[in-house]
Amino acid sequence: MNFFLFQIFPYIAIAFFILGSILRFDRDPYSWRSKSSQFLRRKQLIIGSVLFHLGILVILAGHVVGLLTPIVVFDTLGISHGAKQILAIVAGGFAGIFCFIGLILLIHRRLFDERIRANTSFADMMVLLLLLAQLIQGMMTIPISMQHLDGHEMVKFMNWAQHIATFRGGASEYISDVHWVFKSHLTLGMFILLVFPFTRLVHAFSAPVGFLFRPYQVVRKREV
Amino acid sequence: MSYFIDRMMYFAQDREKFSGNHGITTGENRAWEQAYRGRWAHDKIVRSTHGVNCTGSCSWKIYVKNGLITWETQQTDYPRTRPDLPNHEPRGCSRGASYSWYIYSANRLKYPMIRKRLLIMWRDMKAQNNDDPVEAWKAIQKDPILRSSYQHVRGQGGFVRAEWDEVNEIIAASNIYTIKEYGPDRIIGFSPIPAMSMTSYAAGSRYLSLIGGVAMSFYDWYCDLPPSSPQTWGEQTDVPESADWYNSGFIMMWGSNVPQTRTPDAHFMTEARYRGTQVVTVTPDYSEASKFSDIWLNPKQGTDAAMGMAMGHVILKEFHIDNVCEYFDNYCRTYTDMPFLVKLEKVDGRYVAGRFIRASDFDKSMGEKENPEWKTLCIDENTGNVIVPTGSIGFRWGNDGKWNIEPTDSKTGKSVKPQKTLLGSHDDILEVGFPYFGGLDHEHGYFEANAQEEVLDRSLPVKYLEIDGEKTAVVTVFDMLCANYGISRDGLGGKHVASSYDDNIPYTPKWQESITGVDAEKVIQVARAFAANAEKTEGKSMIIIGAAMNHWYHMDMNYRAAINMLVFCGCVGQSGGGWSHYVGQEKLRPQTGWLPLAFALDWTRPPRQQNSTSFFYAHTDQWRYETLGVDQILSPLADKEKWKGSLIDCNIRAERMGWLPSAPQLEENPLELVKEAEKLDKDPVDYVVDRLKDGDLRMSCEDPDNPKNWPRNMFVWRSNLLGSSGKGHEYFLKHFLGTQHGVQGKDLGEEGKRDSAEVVWHDEAPEGKLDLIVTLDFRMSSTCVYSDIVLPTASWYEKNDLNTSDMHPFIHPLSKAIDPVWQSRSDWEIYKGLAKKFSELAPNYLGVEKEIVMAPIQHDTPGELAQPDVKEWRKGECDAIPGKTMPTMKVVERDYPATYERFTSLGPLLEKLGNGGKGIGWNTDEEVEFLKQLNGEKDGRAKIVTDIDACEVVLSLAPETNGEVAVKSWAALSKITGKDHTHLALPKQDEKIRFRDIQAQPRKIISSPTWSGIESEHVCYNAGYTNVHEFIPWRTVTGRQQLYQDHPWMIDFGEGLVSYRPPINTNTVQNMIDKHGEETPTILLNFITPHQKWGIHSTYSDNLHMLTLSRGGPIVWVSETDAKKIDVKDNDWLEVFNTNGAIVARAVVSQRVNEGMMLMYHAQEKIVNTPGSKITNARGGIHNSVTRATIKPTHMIGGYAQLSYGFNYYGTVGSNRDEFVVVRRMADEDIDWMQESREEETA
Repeated sequence: MNFFLFQIFPYIAIAFFILGSILRFDRDPYSWRSKSSQFLRRKQLIIGSVLFHLGILVILAGHVVGLLTPIVVFDTLGISHGAKQILAIVAGGFAGIFCFIGLILLIHRRLFDERIRANTSFADMMVLLLLLAQLIQGMMTIPISMQHLDGHEMVKFMNWAQHIATFRGGASEYISDVHWVFKSHLTLGMFILLVFPFTRLVHAFSAPVGFLFRPYQVVRKREV
Repeated sequence: MSYFIDRMMYFAQDREKFSGNHGITTGENRAWEQAYRGRWAHDKIVRSTHGVNCTGSCSWKIYVKNGLITWETQQTDYPRTRPDLPNHEPRGCSRGASYSWYIYSANRLKYPMIRKRLLIMWRDMKAQNNDDPVEAWKAIQKDPILRSSYQHVRGQGGFVRAEWDEVNEIIAASNIYTIKEYGPDRIIGFSPIPAMSMTSYAAGSRYLSLIGGVAMSFYDWYCDLPPSSPQTWGEQTDVPESADWYNSGFIMMWGSNVPQTRTPDAHFMTEARYRGTQVVTVTPDYSEASKFSDIWLNPKQGTDAAMGMAMGHVILKEFHIDNVCEYFDNYCRTYTDMPFLVKLEKVDGRYVAGRFIRASDFDKSMGEKENPEWKTLCIDENTGNVIVPTGSIGFRWGNDGKWNIEPTDSKTGKSVKPQKTLLGSHDDILEVGFPYFGGLDHEHGYFEANAQEEVLDRSLPVKYLEIDGEKTAVVTVFDMLCANYGISRDGLGGKHVASSYDDNIPYTPKWQESITGVDAEKVIQVARAFAANAEKTEGKSMIIIGAAMNHWYHMDMNYRAAINMLVFCGCVGQSGGGWSHYVGQEKLRPQTGWLPLAFALDWTRPPRQQNSTSFFYAHTDQWRYETLGVDQILSPLADKEKWKGSLIDCNIRAERMGWLPSAPQLEENPLELVKEAEKLDKDPVDYVVDRLKDGDLRMSCEDPDNPKNWPRNMFVWRSNLLGSSGKGHEYFLKHFLGTQHGVQGKDLGEEGKRDSAEVVWHDEAPEGKLDLIVTLDFRMSSTCVYSDIVLPTASWYEKNDLNTSDMHPFIHPLSKAIDPVWQSRSDWEIYKGLAKKFSELAPNYLGVEKEIVMAPIQHDTPGELAQPDVKEWRKGECDAIPGKTMPTMKVVERDYPATYERFTSLGPLLEKLGNGGKGIGWNTDEEVEFLKQLNGEKDGRAKIVTDIDACEVVLSLAPETNGEVAVKSWAALSKITGKDHTHLALPKQDEKIRFRDIQAQPRKIISSPTWSGIESEHVCYNAGYTNVHEFIPWRTVTGRQQLYQDHPWMIDFGEGLVSYRPPINTNTVQNMIDKHGEETPTILLNFITPHQKWGIHSTYSDNLHMLTLSRGGPIVWVSETDAKKIDVKDNDWLEVFNTNGAIVARAVVSQRVNEGMMLMYHAQEKIVNTPGSKITNARGGIHNSVTRATIKPTHMIGGYAQLSYGFNYYGTVGSNRDEFVVVRRMADEDIDWMQESREEETA
């Protein structure tokens, strides 16, 4: 079970995540959007959305940097595992609170505004609930982590992630003995990656950054 | 290429910057654009328009994609106008643009529906009666419990889906049963405004006419018919096209909200203003039309006549008396009855105006052999002789060649100058009494009285003539008019005339101020400008007039006050001038081609046609609640003894004298009457007349509540009778349908106020007269909800049909863009299918049958000369002679088993009797032959199988769409007038408009004598044009525009000449004010029902787009002042009620509305967001829940030239604006949506 969940399932999830996203982008470009409900009701959206996005982006960045940066980099820089873990707990904690408040606002709005409710699909609701569950689990790891501030548990996860990322075997063994909350958090995270292409989450790929820098008028050539 | 790979090549793309790096050209993939192109692409565009309720007649492009209608846009390909005139486009409005929503909406009728109880009963009874459908129907009808069990749940749900074959069988069986049991005249059908979808109307009326059923009128019932038009012109309503507004120099928009209710035409108003036309808007509220105005006049609603008369006063004084405008003077001498001589009669020692003197009053009838009692007289100013000028109605029949109004002495043939005034050549000056009504008190004091003497004696110059050996004083109509308007004239003197506009004497500008509230100075200013423009432009002053003024009980006074202004100024019949009444009827331009199709005149004549107002007044038992006494509306000069009884008694008298039609007609089955007569070897007509005289057979009208005289089957198609036009809605529900209703008042029997002389009174009023009501519609309207069987019909984009309007001269098609959706069928196919089923079932019960058909004395037939005097055969005052002193009676043969064959082929009477209309006839063999070739032949007759076949019949037979027929018809008229008119159509003789032509582009019609304007490259269509420019007489007694009505009933009711008559007292609120307890704040308001902004009648008022633009449910408008009085804020719920019933609607609190008035846009659908009323405990009603029709005796007159009956032409009208309501605020907790299931009761 451990082997399946943490050695095989990650590849299944990542395969869905990447291939699914590419296929959707290619075959069904009209559905590639965030499905904003700002049109239907502005109230609660701005504050909720900003808090949520701010929080989740920080958390996401933290996870990516924290898990995938090779351990040697930290060692070379002289950042101790303990210091890194405290940084992760503090930054992640604040971002988590932001994200939590934002999510609650958005969920409330989606459930209790009739117009938005009527325009909500199963996937829309699911995404919010999955993220909430994932966030809560993430927060639940904080008190556990507090009990071993030296960071050795954290190194397990870094090893696991980096082994997965570099297609090395034995990744699952690194985390066979961690607290069940971590395991559950990891599993749910991979599940989110799995469903990612089927939801509005795909808009994460399309941040309109270029918009800030483009010339005012964009003209496309006629196809020859 | 893949989008993803494209993205991968992001940095490898060609990019080229331009405009100083502000722009960039990229090579990104553009395939995605196809999706947007596809979104707005379509497979085809089909031309159609919007059918019944809207009379705008706009051409639309209907887009179809994958077999579905996607949307519609305005067509812009009307034929261009001449260089100095704006084009007709754009035509269309937001309502039309939202139409396609209906086609696939949830409210769309998809399958035939039937009341579940009825269906179960039917199947049971059929099984019990050996599968015999007629016996099954009989069994249901003979069992009062069964019958009422489905009647009393009408309107409360309980429909189930049914099969076409089964519902057709039920309907056919009930028709057959009714014909056999009671007679075919117990089957009635209501459908309005044929012009807007001619063959759809014709389908139903053809079926009804073939089986002997009754087609019901709508124009009079809607109160859109202005009886003043037939009174003045002998013309139903003929008006200028909207393009002619542009030619006007001065427009009064009077009670017509052009931008809101004539949206597609409103651009001509804007364009006219750019051209420099002055516009005066007259509306009591600050309506949208006010924005067009240079001057806005706001007389208190219902008092327009007072203002109009004050304007007439100014015009007469300044342009006819103090200065004589030559153009006006010549016009009035030639084209009006002003020079005609009227006899003065002495009543109670006082002179009053009597009838026109006629040739028959003199020795040897002044040499006139034909109809001398119908030839009116005037004095030739050149010789001073009394002469018989040509053109009066006596010349119309049997006196060919002299029916024209070129001023000519009939005897000598010499040109004459009719003398307008006797002043200066008079023999004497006499005081003559004029009735005055402006002093009558109103029940709530809302309409202010201006007290004067009841009878105003005014001096008139008279001449004495020797009539029957007696010295008789005569006056001219012009002199009477001047006296009537209270104008002081040099050398005449006398009382009650105004020396200044500031005198409070009827009808000065100052006098009207206290009644209308309009500043006298403004009235003078507008009247002067109106006339001055007409003087300079020879008649280019125009009055655009809407239903607003016509919906009052005394509508004729409002209208005649305005018409007189136009006539005084020579505006009628001049391009850019005249009377522009745009309400309801809308012109069925190819009328004479359509009539044979619609009323099966190719197979049997006459058809049965009924005036709906009198019918519904009697059969929904509104007469049982009548509170208006005849004495309340009589002239103070009339002999009250002569007028005992109630309003329905007047109607009964009118029906007996052949003035108004009857349906049902006789108390016994007309089929049986013929059989009995034949058994006794008597002529059936003589047999019926004898029995009527003996009194052992009665006309049905005398006893409308007797089951023998009930209407039994009713068809409603193209109409929302019960959700829109049914005045006295709650009485319909109670007595006609027998279901839940909101009537609050007691009938007169219960109140002990009965006062009827002719009608039979039953203490117990019937509830549920109709055995079966069948409605055809494409949406679940309020009428469908109350029906027993609902048939889904094709919508306006799913059938082929014809459409014309009086707003423009083009003929449009409705075209089948897609096949009728789900199981719906076009009206043509529905009635054709019904005819087929009827023919299948008939042989067992009905064969070739004879029956007796009665018809009133008709306008535009020789019969219109029937009754120079009022005499009643029933009272022994004269003999009973059909067609002369009583209705015409004809034996008609019907081949019931051949109903389907007859329905689908063109019958032999067109070849035998020819075709025609409005008193002109022509041979039409050629066209019938042509149709045989075009549509194909079956058994030697032209086929009319499809709806396009039917359209081709109309187009081929009508002069308006077939140039050859046009020439023939003008030639036929030329024979009667003695003047050649064929030049009006000769240039278009070879033009034949066919159905595919109008699908390609709207086509302009060809000039025809059916209408009084012409289609030409030089002038716009304008009513009265041929009367003025071709000397064709108006179809009135004098042949001229008739401002004096000399029928004894007109005189007795004080309407010989125009006067101001205040709104009547309807007595509907006194008992209701404290209904919610004295402490509940309430207010009394005058209840006005104008046309909608977010709907056209009830259509579109349930359309999601329109509901979104408005407030999404029923609304009423109240003024800020009134709202404050009962503590109402905008959007609060109001309960609006009186003895007739109750409405619940939200309040729109607005500065637009004046104090004391409530506006409710009429016909907001009861099926949308309407909560229950605490008063009626029923759903909150429609606008007609608080109204009740009140009929007027002057509209019943018949057998008298232009006042003779014509279907949708003359007759009683259903007025409704004199009504008052009690209004209270409803708290939120009072709002009951009545959502609970009524399964128990309706299952």
